Amino acid sequence: MLAQTFAVAAMNLRSLPSRLGSSSVILVGIAGVVTVLVALLAMAGGFQAALQRGGAPDRALALRGGANSEMVSQLSRETADIVSSLEGVLAASGELYVVADVPKRSNRQPANLVIRGLSQAAFDIRPEVRIVAGRSFKPGSRELIAGRSAAAEFLGIDLGASIELRDSRWTIVGLFEANGSAYETELWADLPLVQAAYRRGGSVGSVRVRAASAEAIADLIEQVRSDPRLDLEMISEAEFFRRQSEDMSRLITGFGYWVAAIMAIGALFAALNTMYTAVSARTLEIATLRALGFGAVPVVVSVMIEALALGLLGGLIGGGIAYLGFDGFTASTLNSESFSQIAFDFAVTPERLGLGLAWAAGLGLIGGLFPAVRAARLPIARGLQGE
Amino acid sequence: MSRLGLIWANLFRRKTRAILTLFSLVVAFLLFVLLRTATELFTEGSGFAKPGVDRLIVVSKYSQIQSLPISALQRIAAVPGVQAVTHADWFGGIYQDSRNFFPIFPVKPRAWFDMYREHAIDPAHLEAFERTRAGAVAPAGLAERHGWRVGDKIPIQGDIYAKRDGSRLWEFDLVGLYQRADDGPEPLELLFQYDHFDEAKEYEQGQVGWFVVRIADSERAQETARAIDALFENSPDPTRTVTEAESMRQFMAQMGNIGLMMSGILGAVFFTILLLTGNTMMQALRERIPELAVLKTLGFADGAVAALVLGEALLLSLAGAALGVLGALAFAEVAGPALQQIVGAFEVAAHTLAEALAAALLLGLAAGAAPALSARRLAIVDALRGGR
Repeated sequence: MLAQTFAVAAMNLRSLPSRLGSSSVILVGIAGVVTVLVALLAMAGGFQAALQRGGAPDRALALRGGANSEMVSQLSRETADIVSSLEGVLAASGELYVVADVPKRSNRQPANLVIRGLSQAAFDIRPEVRIVAGRSFKPGSRELIAGRSAAAEFLGIDLGASIELRDSRWTIVGLFEANGSAYETELWADLPLVQAAYRRGGSVGSVRVRAASAEAIADLIEQVRSDPRLDLEMISEAEFFRRQSEDMSRLITGFGYWVAAIMAIGALFAALNTMYTAVSARTLEIATLRALGFGAVPVVVSVMIEALALGLLGGLIGGGIAYLGFDGFTASTLNSESFSQIAFDFAVTPERLGLGLAWAAGLGLIGGLFPAVRAARLPIARGLQGE
Repeated sequence: MSRLGLIWANLFRRKTRAILTLFSLVVAFLLFVLLRTATELFTEGSGFAKPGVDRLIVVSKYSQIQSLPISALQRIAAVPGVQAVTHADWFGGIYQDSRNFFPIFPVKPRAWFDMYREHAIDPAHLEAFERTRAGAVAPAGLAERHGWRVGDKIPIQGDIYAKRDGSRLWEFDLVGLYQRADDGPEPLELLFQYDHFDEAKEYEQGQVGWFVVRIADSERAQETARAIDALFENSPDPTRTVTEAESMRQFMAQMGNIGLMMSGILGAVFFTILLLTGNTMMQALRERIPELAVLKTLGFADGAVAALVLGEALLLSLAGAALGVLGALAFAEVAGPALQQIVGAFEVAAHTLAEALAAALLLGLAAGAAPALSARRLAIVDALRGGR
């Protein structure tokens, strides 16, 4: 029976090119489903990755109690000092996080660009930050360094250019990279000057701290939690960025599955239609095979193999389009958790491609199953008469 | 048998194929209507509110999160063409769980409802709102969702604003409900007293988030906006004034490429499915052309046979579109409430339905034209002999 199956399947597959016209309906339909699914998963994953790359296991940040983002948090100088002197803190960096309206290059509409006021300590805590053009800002002067994505996405954020923030002009003296994280969609400047421009006195939004290890960070968090005098939210960077990206990536992933599922239903109808037509066009051929002694099972399996092959081919095409068209494609959006623009690269990973192929195979199999059964159940005599 | 009956019978000549084609069309139009609606909501923000043509929004030039001094109100009110001014602020705040998110604005009760006349409130409730220091009013839909009744206390954890005593728990007395007066999207904001807010908050006294301005003549919106911005140009707090519609569009534009992506997906999906289905329909019609010779033999005119073929294509695509649109409307009805936080009221616009209808007609014509033409030209003798 196995030999029969192989023989019929091979014959089917060899004749596929001659039926390419009608088979292309399956290919295009399934390729469409896979493209959309993989592209949207790559988008959700890329967004999440951009935020999560900002975190390191030996780092945490302190926010005012009850605050869930750096923007709404405010800590006095005294509180910031208390955080720096907590047991286990190796380095601490008080930072002020504000946003400014700057037009985006894509649509020239103002969007929220993060300005982060910080000091040298911030660079010591984040060793992944590298200046890739120009130099860092000089303390005490109105200079900014721009993340790579901020420069790419926002109008007027160019090395050497100057922009107006609140009541003064600031010069962009350098560009930096930070391992592809969301920090790259920010402008960085000297803390005291940002505090003055935004009239924040000596207060900061958050304090980043580095400890010896992830365990030391857990100890620190516990230390803050158990001290009722501290109105602080100490949270590990990993957890913080996970919370910041959770809603958005869940939204895009959910949207992706929904659209892909509805499309899959459409593609399935198209596949069934094509396979029914393919089977009915080959009624005589199938009846002849049966008359020659081929069993029903090899006929069913061969039709399904054909559908599976078409499905997988469609899946490969779709995955290829998603990979060539979207991998590394940069998009930016407003993250509602941080209320700021985040630029991120679509990430078409092998797992996402694999998932797309699995969908393609599933659709192909279902699309082939019913027509295959019909082919096998057709009485041989009627089939030989040509319907 | 009537003409339509004949078309109908022809359509289901191959039942499986007709039904499968029909369902492909249903799915295509379902996706079209849903994605089109979602894209529009994403770019216009129209699900959250219907912008007033006679309203302007004044925010800080530097950023919409920057506050403005309340003293600006008198100066804006004095600008020619300005009828009324009021203000609001973004309070943030969490009710029980951050998943319950809804906007909360501190406002001047009477001035606010005077500005947003499309929001109806019982006069007694409005009076109670004015009188009660810690009073708040909620949209009827929001109150229903959380099971609030007038007289309840609503505890909100302030994530942006703490009170002077350092506490972040704000407790409001629900003194009234309000709702949309016309058939626009239902309001979402919990409103509470600005005076209470300004007095109780820890810092930033005398600051507001934005001003809302009603102008006498919506034709002169740009001029009035420029006049307001000119007032504050050289002050420490320069402003940016835009119409309410523009302000919503700008905010939604921050979503950036996502709206664009959705339009892209929509276009690709719809086009693909239509192409496939159109192709299938065309093939099915073409296969049956020889049969049409029988009709011609029976005395059907060339034109009538062509009309029959074209009618079949149109009927199929219109039926598919109609079912798809119905499915989308049902979806909007069922899933609408769950989507409210993301895109606002999920309502299918009339022009989307018109576009779907136009697409269906176009598809029917495109798929049916060539086979109809062949059917018209068909010579009976050739067709009956089996050749063409």
